Amino acid sequence: MAKLIIDGTEVDVSPDDTLLQACEEAGAEIPRFCYHERLSVAGNCRMCLVEVKGVPKPQASCSVNVRDLRPGPNGEPPVISTKSPMVKKAREGVMEFLLINHPLDCPICDQGGECDLQDQAMAYGVDTSRFAENKRAVEDKYIGPLVKTAMNRCIHCTRCIRFITEVAGVPDLGAIGRGEDMEITTYLERAMRSELQGNVIDLCPVGALTSKPYAFHARPWELTKTESVDVMDAVGAAIRIDTRGREVMRILPRVNEAVNEEWISDKSRFIWDGLKTQRLDRPYVRRDGKLAPATWGEAFAAIKAKMDATSAGRVGALVGDLASVEEAFALKGLLDRLGVASLDCRQDGAALDPALGRASYLFNPGIAGLEQADALLIVGSNPRAEAAVLNARIRKRWRMGGFPIGLIGEAADLTYDAQHLGAGPDTLAEIAGGRHPFASVLKAAARPMVLVGQGALARPDGAAVAAAAAKAALAIGAVKDGWNGFSVLHTAASRVGALDVGCVPGPDGLSTNDMLKPGALDVLVLLGADEVTVPAGAFVVYVGTHGDRGAHRADVILPGAAYTEKSGIWVNTEGRVQLGQRGGFPPGDAREDWAILRALSERLGETLPYDSLAALRSALVAAHPHMARLGVAEPADAGTIAALAAQSGVPDKAPFVGAVGDFYLTNPIARASAVMADCSSLAAGRVQAAAE
Amino acid sequence: MKLDQAARALFLTEFVSAFFLSMRYLFRPKATINYPFEKGALSPRFRGEHALRRYPNGEERCIACKLCEAICPAQAITIEAGPRRNDGTRRTTRYDIDMVKCIYCGFCQEACPVDAIVEGPNFEYATETREELYFDKERLLANGERWEREIARNIGLDAPYR
Repeated sequence: MAKLIIDGTEVDVSPDDTLLQACEEAGAEIPRFCYHERLSVAGNCRMCLVEVKGVPKPQASCSVNVRDLRPGPNGEPPVISTKSPMVKKAREGVMEFLLINHPLDCPICDQGGECDLQDQAMAYGVDTSRFAENKRAVEDKYIGPLVKTAMNRCIHCTRCIRFITEVAGVPDLGAIGRGEDMEITTYLERAMRSELQGNVIDLCPVGALTSKPYAFHARPWELTKTESVDVMDAVGAAIRIDTRGREVMRILPRVNEAVNEEWISDKSRFIWDGLKTQRLDRPYVRRDGKLAPATWGEAFAAIKAKMDATSAGRVGALVGDLASVEEAFALKGLLDRLGVASLDCRQDGAALDPALGRASYLFNPGIAGLEQADALLIVGSNPRAEAAVLNARIRKRWRMGGFPIGLIGEAADLTYDAQHLGAGPDTLAEIAGGRHPFASVLKAAARPMVLVGQGALARPDGAAVAAAAAKAALAIGAVKDGWNGFSVLHTAASRVGALDVGCVPGPDGLSTNDMLKPGALDVLVLLGADEVTVPAGAFVVYVGTHGDRGAHRADVILPGAAYTEKSGIWVNTEGRVQLGQRGGFPPGDAREDWAILRALSERLGETLPYDSLAALRSALVAAHPHMARLGVAEPADAGTIAALAAQSGVPDKAPFVGAVGDFYLTNPIARASAVMADCSSLAAGRVQAAAE
Repeated sequence: MKLDQAARALFLTEFVSAFFLSMRYLFRPKATINYPFEKGALSPRFRGEHALRRYPNGEERCIACKLCEAICPAQAITIEAGPRRNDGTRRTTRYDIDMVKCIYCGFCQEACPVDAIVEGPNFEYATETREELYFDKERLLANGERWEREIARNIGLDAPYR
């Protein structure tokens, strides 16, 4: 630890800190534009100048290390001043320089009201400019359908370049020209290819990079902010839903060091326009082959008539990818009362069995724990498409060095060097048997990780692959005291929660694949399950939000609430229980899903014993106590990995296929979104990225 | 005392002084005007009916910055904005003022960076129903066209003091 005297108070800071961090620790506010905690230090905005005693010029505190400061002649600690007249004058000068070329278009700028330059010009600037010449003019660039540019406003902090290069790992952005003529561009005016590119909007301290879909639609001060959880993937990133009236205007990330740091994927950020289109706003009943609008009473009556004529063994239910734990729990409660055993939350047929313990389906090391790992084996997964934010975390660990990564499955650009070991279970068996050269790399690691994706588990021989992966994990020493490196990466936000509350087939129940065989069932309830093809013959009750695959096939549609419109618990892939808050209300006659199930249960004569969400939550917590510990990822018993490895079965030779085909179109909300459709077609190369 | 009273009654002094008082007012210049045929003078700063102005080339001034909506203490202004279809510039798609809520404080015209929303000199817009006082963008722009000459003159007259 190093001692410093900052503004007269002595502080003890780590010598690895920068002077800016030390000043923050001492409680001094240092203005900055280019410096960002999670990016490399650029030191080019010069706004963070402070005075160091004995140094003739003000120092850029972001790029001075504490250990580089010299003590006084008699060994007294370095003296730093952040409020002296010299610092004030320096900041005013820097601000005046920055404003020389910054246009005065705050009234038409989307950053207005949440702009770092605006705020800091108010706090540290002077009221007039002495600059009478013409301002610089820069052409706006096309950098994709998500980020809008107004390059006149750019102050050259290079945060966007550093983010795209370092965190996202897709170095599409760069700067050309020097000094005043420097321009941020994608060089060839093509769209950025990163699935984390939306984060440059938040990073941009001015309005040079703003959100294209949100352009001009709202001002920050008129938005109601609701803290919630993202459900686009199983990472459960912390988000803030900004609403105006009933309408979701935008979605922003919140800081959650344990999960998403401060990044979210483009799908999480730009999904909101899908919440307004293709919505189911009233119940429908199929009459003479056509879906006709109906009242809730008529819809329930149609379901009751069918259910009364069907035996419990011919009824089944599937929990979709976006369902909250409460809904899954209420559905399970209802089906238990009706004596129905065919319930499954594994829409893709993934071989995940809660009977083998929680550790068999969790991302055991935790997302933050990934940074402690020192070798990684990816099995049948493309984390970049399945969990973009988690992929950034893997890349972060890889950048620290000493992190060999092996990939079994489809070869893909993961934004970091991953050695492609093989395509299918054969290679996995070789690793487990120690016959593969990479096995020795993994064995040599102190804390190796095996990341198993849904691509490896959602196949007919998934159980055998899971067992083989567990065997490999045990063989390389990934499961030991104080470290459980066996990690399952889920793609569905609802999956872990639904597995926790036991949404799997009962003793004589059918699993997803059996339920979807023609003639297996007479009644199938889909709780937002859209990724399945239901055979003809079954009477389908669809509870969901969007007119997507499930609704098209349905015989009765019960309109539900999307994730921004209900309060619910979601459990992410590492088993972290997180509470999402309601940002708005569902449209029209749509209701929260648990309330629909409660009303339906009354009609079916098996009333569920809760009349409010609070009562439902207490019942849930009584049955599953860990659901009460919000924000906590409880470590699972690692001993059960051995039980998983002991499962019998021989995987076949077929190569692993990724679980996510199109990153932008994985759920009904995304498929209803025009922005996501744009991104998807761009990614597929169908649209020429014509310059605007 | 009684004598005093009697003298006043006898010589009708109160009657006479009242007569002269009324005569004096009869020949004085009149304080009232013959409204609506005559109108009093208005200050250039008079805050009357709202109007949305255009530039001389016909372009709308309003850029949908929403500062008037933010400053409005009565929350009488409702704005929705978006990129304009033909050129993508920032424009309002809806600009409503609830004139029943409005307290005529003039903060909106103070906040406006482009002198788009102004309170013009017109005060004769009484209506028979409340609904007629819910002004939309069309009505406000029509006001702007009707009163542009007076509004521009008033802004010009007030400019030296700003």
